[in-house]
Amino acid sequence: MIDSKTPDRKTIDGKTPELPNAVSSLATSNLDLEAPEKPYLDSNELVLNMGPQHPATHGVLRVILKLDGEKVMGTECVIGYLHRGVEKIAENRTYTMFNPYVDRMDYCAAVSNGLGYCEAVEKLLNVEAPPRAQYIRVILTELQRLASHQLWLGTHALDIGAMTPLFYTFRDREEILKIFEKYCGARLTTHAFRIGGCQYEIYPGFEKDVKNFLAFAPPKIDEYEALLTGNRIWLERTKNVGVISAKDAIALGVTGPVLRASGVKWDIRKAVPYENYSKFDFEIPVGANGDTYDRYLVRMEEMRQSLRIIEQAVNGIPEGPIMAKVPKLIKPAPGEIYHSIEAPKGELGYFIVSDGSTQPYRLRVRPPSFVNLQALDCMVRGALVADVVAVIGTFDIVLGEVDR
Amino acid sequence: MNALMSYLDPRVTATPGSAGNELWALIYVFVIFAGVAVIVLSMNWLERKALAHFQIRLGPMRVGPHGLLQPIADALKLMTKEDIVPADADEVVFRFAPVIGLLAAFTVYIVIPFGPSQAVTDMNIGILFMLGVSSLGVLGIVTAGWSSNSHYPLIGALRSSAQIISYEVAMGLAVVSALLMTSLNAQGTGTLSMIGIVQAQQQQHIWFVFKFFPLGFIALIIFAIAMVAETNRAPFDLPEAESELTAGFHTEYSGLRWSLFMLAEYAAMIAVSSIAVTLWLGGWMHPFPNWLNGPTWEFIFSLFPGLTFGGLALIAFIGTARMPSHPYFKIQRAGLAIFAVFLGFLALLLLAIAVAGHANDASIAARCREGVDNIYWFMLKVAVFMYLFIWYRATWPRYRFDQLMKVGWKVLLPISLGVLIVTAIVGVIFG
Repeated sequence: MIDSKTPDRKTIDGKTPELPNAVSSLATSNLDLEAPEKPYLDSNELVLNMGPQHPATHGVLRVILKLDGEKVMGTECVIGYLHRGVEKIAENRTYTMFNPYVDRMDYCAAVSNGLGYCEAVEKLLNVEAPPRAQYIRVILTELQRLASHQLWLGTHALDIGAMTPLFYTFRDREEILKIFEKYCGARLTTHAFRIGGCQYEIYPGFEKDVKNFLAFAPPKIDEYEALLTGNRIWLERTKNVGVISAKDAIALGVTGPVLRASGVKWDIRKAVPYENYSKFDFEIPVGANGDTYDRYLVRMEEMRQSLRIIEQAVNGIPEGPIMAKVPKLIKPAPGEIYHSIEAPKGELGYFIVSDGSTQPYRLRVRPPSFVNLQALDCMVRGALVADVVAVIGTFDIVLGEVDR
Repeated sequence: MNALMSYLDPRVTATPGSAGNELWALIYVFVIFAGVAVIVLSMNWLERKALAHFQIRLGPMRVGPHGLLQPIADALKLMTKEDIVPADADEVVFRFAPVIGLLAAFTVYIVIPFGPSQAVTDMNIGILFMLGVSSLGVLGIVTAGWSSNSHYPLIGALRSSAQIISYEVAMGLAVVSALLMTSLNAQGTGTLSMIGIVQAQQQQHIWFVFKFFPLGFIALIIFAIAMVAETNRAPFDLPEAESELTAGFHTEYSGLRWSLFMLAEYAAMIAVSSIAVTLWLGGWMHPFPNWLNGPTWEFIFSLFPGLTFGGLALIAFIGTARMPSHPYFKIQRAGLAIFAVFLGFLALLLLAIAVAGHANDASIAARCREGVDNIYWFMLKVAVFMYLFIWYRATWPRYRFDQLMKVGWKVLLPISLGVLIVTAIVGVIFG
C-alpha cells in the first residue's frame, strides 16, 4: 500500500499513479508566457499578473491576463496559494477528528461544509440523523446560505465599485452569526454538526431568535435591491457580462447559482433531496441569459427562498433526540461513498473510501468554487479588464475551498 | 505716496493679464494656498466621516475627538514614510509627476473669484486659463503612470488621458453656452473674465442656472457630470479603480509623493466646483439678490457666516456634553471643548464684523464684512458640490471604460451641443 520512496503517496494496485507535470501543463496552456524579447513594455500585448495580492481576487487567486489594450485575449488561473492539504489530513485523522477541518475549506459557509461531510459519513455508516436534528440542520444550513449570499453580494458590489452595500450586508449577516454564536459558540468555523446529528440541543429562545430574523431580513433584502437592481450603472456593468450558455455550463461542470442563472433548473435540494428538504415548499429561481445580472437576481431570490424554508422549518421542529445511535469509535465497513449537497456556491460533494479502519483511506472533496472557476476563461475572453473583476466576483469563489 | 497707497489697495485691477497689485497678489497667493491646504485637510476628514455615516459606520474616532486630528496624523504618517522609487522606474519623471499634478491644481486658484475684489488677478481670459491649466493635471497622471514602468499604473494612465480628453469636450461646450449668456447685454459683448461672468449675472439679475430655463440648468448638469470625470472621482474613478487596477496610476507611489496626488485631487475638485459656481450659481452673490436686497436684507445675510460657525460651535458643544463621563475620555472631552470654544470665538468674530461693518459703508470694517460675505457664499456653494462628490462615491458603482466613453461621446456631447445651439438661437430671439 505504501510506496517506499514517497511514503505519503497513495498507490493504485501497488503502482504510483502518473501525476500531471505542472510545468508541462502550463506550457501547453492557452497562454504563451515566454518572456518577451524586449525587456520593456511591448506595444502589442500586455501580460498582466492579477493577484495573488489584489483587492478583487477574493483572497489569493492569481489570474494571468493577456491583454490587448483593455481587451482580454486570454486568461490563466493559478491556484494553490492557500493549499493546506485538507484531503491528505483526512487520511491521518479519525472520521470524528476530521469534522472541524471541513469548516476551514469554505470558511464563508462552514455550516454547509459540515453538513455535507456529516451526511457523507452517515451514509457510509448507514445511519440517519433523527428528525429533530434534521430540522435544526436545515435551519442552520439555510441561515448559512443567506449569510454566504450576503457576503457574496457585498464583495461583488464592492468589486464593481459600489462600496456601500458591503456594509449593509455585513450588518445583516451579523444577525445570523449571532445565532450561530449562541448555538455553538463560534461564528465562522462553527463545527455545528456531529456525525449522526447535532451535538448541541438548541438553546432556549432559538426559535424566537430565528423568527425575529425572519421578520428582520426581508426588508433588508429589499434594501439591497433598492440600491442595485434598478441602478443604471449596475445594469450596464452586469448585463451581458460574463455570459455562459446552459450547454457550456453543463459541459464545464458548473453548478449552483451560476448554472441556474443559465436556465438549468438543477438544485440538489430538489433533484436528489437530502435531509428533509423534500418536506419543504420552495422554488428554485432560474435565470434566462446566464449573465452576471441574472446570477445576481438568482441569488437574491435564493435568499428569499431560504427564508421560506427557514420559516417552515422553525415552525415544525419536532421533539425527540438530536443524535442517532452512532458508535463512539466510527469504523465504517470497507467501501466507498459519494454524497453531495447544495452548498451556497454549488454542488459540494464528498467522496470517501473506507478500508474498514477508523480513518478514511482516501477523502476527496468536490468543491463548487474550484469547478466553477474553470468557466472563467470562456466567460471573460474578449471582454474588458473590468469585466474580469465582475466575473470573478459573480462566481462567489472562496479560495480556501478552491485550494483546500 | 499715491503709489504707496495703491499697494495697500486690496482691489483687484482689471488690467488684462496682469496681477492687479503685486503686494496684495502675493498676500492672496499665500492666503489661498494656506486656505486650500486647510480645506483639503478638512475635506479629507469630512469625506471619511460622511462616507462612514452613509455606510453605517463611525469613521475615524480615535485621533482626537471624533477623529478631528486624523488628517494631521495621516499627514505626519505620510511624511515620515519611505519614499520608494521602483528600480525600473524613470526616476526623474517619477519624482516630478506628482509636482506637475499639484502645480496644475493649485495654479488655477489665481483666477477663482471669491469676491469682486477677493481674487489674485482678474484675467480677461480667466475661464480659458482655468480650463487649460486644470486639464494640465492629466499630464501629471500620465507621466506618473508611464514612469512607474508597471502595468497597473500604465493602464490607469491610459484610461485617464482618454477619459479627460473625452469629457473636456462636453465640458467646454457647456461652458461656452454659459459664456454666450454673458453677451446678452446692451453692447452684445460677452466676457471670459471670471469676475466679469459673475458681474454679468449681477447685471442680468439672474443666475445663469435659471437663464432660459431649462437650458442653463441642463448645461450645469452636463458640467457637473463632466467635472466628476475630470477629477477622476467615483463613479468615473477608472484611472485609480481600486478593485481593478489596485490603485491605478499611483500604485507605485508611497509617502509624501502619494499624498501630493491626493492633495492635487482634492484641490482640483474644489477648483472645478468653483468654475460651476462662478458660471451658473452666481459666484459670490447671496441667494435671491434681486428680491432680497436693501440694507436690512444685506444685514441679515451678513449674519449668516457668524451663525454658521455658531451652529458648528453648538454641535461641538453638544458633542462635548454627550461624551461619556468616563475618565478615559477626559482628554477627548477637553479637546472637543477647546475646538467648540474656537468655533464659537470665530462665530463671535464674524458676527462682530457683520455688526461693525453694517454701520458704515466706507470703513475697513465694512470692507471686511463684504469680503467675509463674498467668500462665505462662494464657499458655501462650493461645499454643496463637494458634498455631492462624496454622495456620488457612496452611492454608485463604477463605470466600465467603454461605457464611460459612450456616456461622454454619445450622451453628453450631443446634449451639450444641442444646448449650445438652442441657447444661441434663444439668445438672438429673446436676448
